[in-house]
Amino acid sequence: MNTIALVGNPNCGKTTLFNALTGSNQHVGNWPGVTVEKKEGKFKYNDKQYNVVDLPGTYSLGAYSEDEVVARDFILKGNPDVVINVVDATNIERNLYLTTQLLEMGTKVIVALNMMDEAEIKNIKIDIEKLSKGLGVPVIATVASKKKGIENLIKESIAYINKDNSFSMPFSYGENIDKEINNIKGLLVNTHLEYPQDWIAVKLLEGDQDIYNLIKSKGPDHIKERLVSLEEDAVEYELEIVDKRYDFIGKVVSKSVSKPSEVIDTKTDKIDKILTHKWLGLPIFALIMFTIFQLTFKVGQDFLGEYVAGGIEWLGEALNGFLVSINSPEWLVSFMTEGVFGGVGAVLEFVPLIMVLYMFMGILEDTGYMARAAYVMDRIMRALGLHGKTFISMLVGFGCNVPGVMATRTLDSKKDRMIAMLINPFMSCGARLPIYLVFIAAFFPNKGGLILFSIYFLGIAVALLMGKIFSKTLFKGESSYFVMELPPYRFPSLKSVLRNMWDKVWSFVRRAGTTIFVVVTILWILAVIPFGVEPYSQGSVLGKIGTIIAPIFKPAGFGTWEASVSLFAGIVAKEAVVATLGMVYAGVEEGSQLIAAIQGAFTPLTAMSFMVMTLLYTPCAAVIGTVKRETNSTKWAVFTAVYTFLIGWIGAVIVFQVGKLLGF
Amino acid sequence: MTTIPLIFLNCGEAGKVKEILGGDSIIKRLFEMGLNTGAEVRMVKNDSGPVILYTSGSKLALGRGLAQKIMIEK
Repeated sequence: MNTIALVGNPNCGKTTLFNALTGSNQHVGNWPGVTVEKKEGKFKYNDKQYNVVDLPGTYSLGAYSEDEVVARDFILKGNPDVVINVVDATNIERNLYLTTQLLEMGTKVIVALNMMDEAEIKNIKIDIEKLSKGLGVPVIATVASKKKGIENLIKESIAYINKDNSFSMPFSYGENIDKEINNIKGLLVNTHLEYPQDWIAVKLLEGDQDIYNLIKSKGPDHIKERLVSLEEDAVEYELEIVDKRYDFIGKVVSKSVSKPSEVIDTKTDKIDKILTHKWLGLPIFALIMFTIFQLTFKVGQDFLGEYVAGGIEWLGEALNGFLVSINSPEWLVSFMTEGVFGGVGAVLEFVPLIMVLYMFMGILEDTGYMARAAYVMDRIMRALGLHGKTFISMLVGFGCNVPGVMATRTLDSKKDRMIAMLINPFMSCGARLPIYLVFIAAFFPNKGGLILFSIYFLGIAVALLMGKIFSKTLFKGESSYFVMELPPYRFPSLKSVLRNMWDKVWSFVRRAGTTIFVVVTILWILAVIPFGVEPYSQGSVLGKIGTIIAPIFKPAGFGTWEASVSLFAGIVAKEAVVATLGMVYAGVEEGSQLIAAIQGAFTPLTAMSFMVMTLLYTPCAAVIGTVKRETNSTKWAVFTAVYTFLIGWIGAVIVFQVGKLLGF
Repeated sequence: MTTIPLIFLNCGEAGKVKEILGGDSIIKRLFEMGLNTGAEVRMVKNDSGPVILYTSGSKLALGRGLAQKIMIEK
């Protein structure tokens, strides 16, 4: 099967094009060894299947970030048959910079000149034929959002796959650099380093650290000897090479593109005047988040939630009835109804809420607002000694802290990155949401949106406070520079929002069926052994574990073995907190609802302190693992696990003790 | 023609990038994001917080510290 790779800048419409090419036939996974998201899909043309790989959106193919390395390694080592380079026609020079790097790789490139409709509105005229001639590769005009030009793009790409690669570099780096390239190539003769030699030569002259490391470990000795002097030369050549690429782009564009002297997006500017306003920016951001949580609650819980909860309950009872009617052994009935339905079912009840929250987050992302949120937060972040982009990784953490921690890669300095990683767990992830929802339903049913907003806000506040403390103690020094693109505002497409939401919800459901199922099974076994003990009682192994831990939480007001066990399980996965509560309480009070059981076991005050604990304490094992991988250090992973636990405990104790003093 | 740091460019004013002072890695990054030598820029917002400007069709937010290191010809 032939493979087509998609590359392009962020915000060039690459994902939309990927969806237009593959339709619903796609799946999301990870690149082997790294945690960058890998999207793959298939389409059929003339009865032949084609594989499409969506590479991460990047401005360049240097070794600047993990995303760039993933993209370039796939192009050079993954042997795609053709690379479709998606170029935003409204921002052609900047986008073509990536194209020049693809040309350097000597791979088969076809340019999809996207957003041609927007270019037309902005009065940008592009002569496709001349552009194609200048670049030396085929150029196809597309409007991915309206599925225009897709058929043609597919046809041309396939035709290109079957053509001989008679490509030659359409530009030179000037006499000096070309001579150096030839010298290096001379040194590389008879070596096999998995990359094309021309490309290695350019990368060495650009001072690309990844390639230096490659040569240091695998290169022949006579090049190793020259690395030091090469690295010194690279300082001089690095920017010259970038300049030569832009020179080439300038020449090509001047012949093929005519546009007004200035392209200004008045619509985006008008919106930005308000959303990035000096004084209004922050309140608007707070209002947007508040509205999202209110709506999540109204739509997800009150409207959709009842149906799902009712459905799961009905299924549980039906299964119970069925198992009893066929005379199943008692342990099986107990395992299925109390373990599986009490535990996993309790988690699944929150699918509608997760769905609604992710939908809103997806809309924020697709409209281009996320970058503005980082912008308006920059002032506060800076005052705290943090980098503005840290806030983006924090917002991503609202979905899940694993990508949140990974999103810190866009931060350049080690100081900024370490702090951003250490504070990310305080951002309340989707898996923690069910915990708050259970407690809100039990004690504060009329103030759901407000409480939820306060919890998320508390998470942000604690994260920022810890960030400030870290920047004054563990990681001193200056923050790196702030530079970020503000993409034009776009109306989010329903399809892409729904697809994004579906991916996330599906992974939540899958986790409920795998990780949570395993945790629940183990907990259920612990809850019914040793044999003869009253199941789910304090006498069971589970009860004993909880009893040992419980005193720790006495000062926080929830020193019961049930609460302790659920927090313990929450370190494996946060969904397991509700699953465990569902199981132990469903077991204690036969047939009663989890919420009713919680009303009996907690008070409004201990519910608050428990929620604060679950918000702040040790993140799940997956996050700890990600911190370990990203910092390449067990020390920092252990540090994260321990210090967050302490912060959570302190937070919960403060809430309980202060609340008690105030008479709650 | 005068050369001034980007930070002194008022809202609505335009100019060309002449030079970027500072470490190589940040210069290269800015080049790659379209802010290369000779690129035309127009200031959109310059009050508090990062400055916002247009360059070759995209809108960029740059920290004030960075905006002091970008020399503009206007």
